[in-house]
Amino acid sequence: MSAVNTTVIGAGARAQRAARRPFLDSNWMYVISIASMLVLWQLVAGLFFRPEFFPTPLIVVHKGWELVSDGSIWGHIGVSLARIMSGFLIGSLIAAPIGLLMGSFKPIRTFFDPYTQFFRFIPSIAWLTPAVIWFGIGETPKVLIIVYTTIFIVIINTIVGVSNVSENKIWAGRCLGASGRQIFFHVTLPATLPFILTGMRLAMGNSFATVVAAEMIAADQGIGFLIFNSRLWMATDIIFLAIVLLGVLGFTTDRIFRILIRRFARQYGPIE
Amino acid sequence: MPELIEARGIQFSYQQYRSENVPILRDFSLTIHEGECFCLLGPSGCGKTTALRLVAGFQFPDSGSLTLEGREIGGPGVERAVVFQGDDSLFNWLDAIDNVAFGLRMRGVEKGEREESARKFLRLVGLNGQDRKYPTELSGGMKQRIQIARVLANDPKVLLMDEPFGALDAQTRAELQDEVVRIWMQTRKTILFITHDIGEAILLGDRIGVMRRGPGSNIREIIPVTLPRPRSRATLEFGQLYERINRLIMEEVKLGREAVHVGS
Repeated sequence: MSAVNTTVIGAGARAQRAARRPFLDSNWMYVISIASMLVLWQLVAGLFFRPEFFPTPLIVVHKGWELVSDGSIWGHIGVSLARIMSGFLIGSLIAAPIGLLMGSFKPIRTFFDPYTQFFRFIPSIAWLTPAVIWFGIGETPKVLIIVYTTIFIVIINTIVGVSNVSENKIWAGRCLGASGRQIFFHVTLPATLPFILTGMRLAMGNSFATVVAAEMIAADQGIGFLIFNSRLWMATDIIFLAIVLLGVLGFTTDRIFRILIRRFARQYGPIE
Repeated sequence: MPELIEARGIQFSYQQYRSENVPILRDFSLTIHEGECFCLLGPSGCGKTTALRLVAGFQFPDSGSLTLEGREIGGPGVERAVVFQGDDSLFNWLDAIDNVAFGLRMRGVEKGEREESARKFLRLVGLNGQDRKYPTELSGGMKQRIQIARVLANDPKVLLMDEPFGALDAQTRAELQDEVVRIWMQTRKTILFITHDIGEAILLGDRIGVMRRGPGSNIREIIPVTLPRPRSRATLEFGQLYERINRLIMEEVKLGREAVHVGS
């Protein structure tokens, strides 16, 4: 009898859980979360501040629509994204092999360690002026300092990844006849890939920060330029539009990156 | 003709951080014949796994000689394949078939041929139909089966098995023990099997080397097992042998405790 009761109670609780979960776990929570933030912003900005000081989301959206309609926003977005992407990709391509080599070979690690530990504490933006002097005011210096930003994060994550490869994997590979070179390419590299990808995701965030700073100082287009330029005539609505835009773009690129990882690198066990 | 594996007078100690070296093996000797299944049995911490790692070539003795077919062991080699205790030795980015075919791929065997061979060994360990599954999608027992198939596919001279079933539940362990007996009878591969489980040693071994307690361990006694295979735990002989070995091990454990008391 008691067994029957237990089953019934168990089934009831399960049904209740099943009924509750879809809503709480679903994208609705996302929508609610974003909506409540917007409502709060609207209330605080609308009730307590003048729009030139702190514009409401409605004003920002209105301004956004204006800039989309006249097409002027796309240039800024495109330029910033192009700088981020090229710097980010070049940096990752340079950093991953260096990190793998540093992680795998003690002499290489010892040799490069002073450089990584020294330069990673120098903010990339500190290099902007020398970079402009050396490479002119075109795209090169901006892309280069994003490369710089990306490199150290990816290198350090990759080194951590290599040291996390279980010793037994390496031993197993050796027992199965893999040479040192084969261990590097067929064991260490695939086992480290999740860490490289995580490093790249982190570096993407820093690339956004760097591009804005660079564009504020030395550019005539881009989201950073838009923000800094708008301060000249107190266009806080454009400034807030650009700020929101940065968040949206960062969020979207990370999402796309994660989808690509899931699609092409799932078997490597990426960290979500 | 030299024995397949011959260890004579091996000393091995671990370098310890800021204290004296801890002797693990002292005057350790061992002979393994071609085609036999030798079980190395002992209380935990006695240095069984160290002995296996030396034979595998992962570590080197401080002194003494350790040879395979008369040649000094100088590092890991394809003729000595290791089945590890945990599943962290499997390549989690490769599916079952690619894990098993890994050794052949390293040797440059062409794709079709190595996959056919891998499939054959997956069947041998009872994993047909799981070819395209990744290790994370398989149970603990299945993963150990993949490890066994992976080393067999590489056709080594000797299998070094380091408590391969230690982390499995009793049911799965019993299943895999039967599997090893079946595979051994089919392939007659030489096996060095490390275990702390007396029953497991009697089920599998032609000879059982019972180790002394550490530190500074070696083999106290070698007990031949002549029971016909496949063996059953439910026979009188099994029980008697179990008791005899159990007494040996209890003695060692007791000696260990007394040593601690004297020391304190």
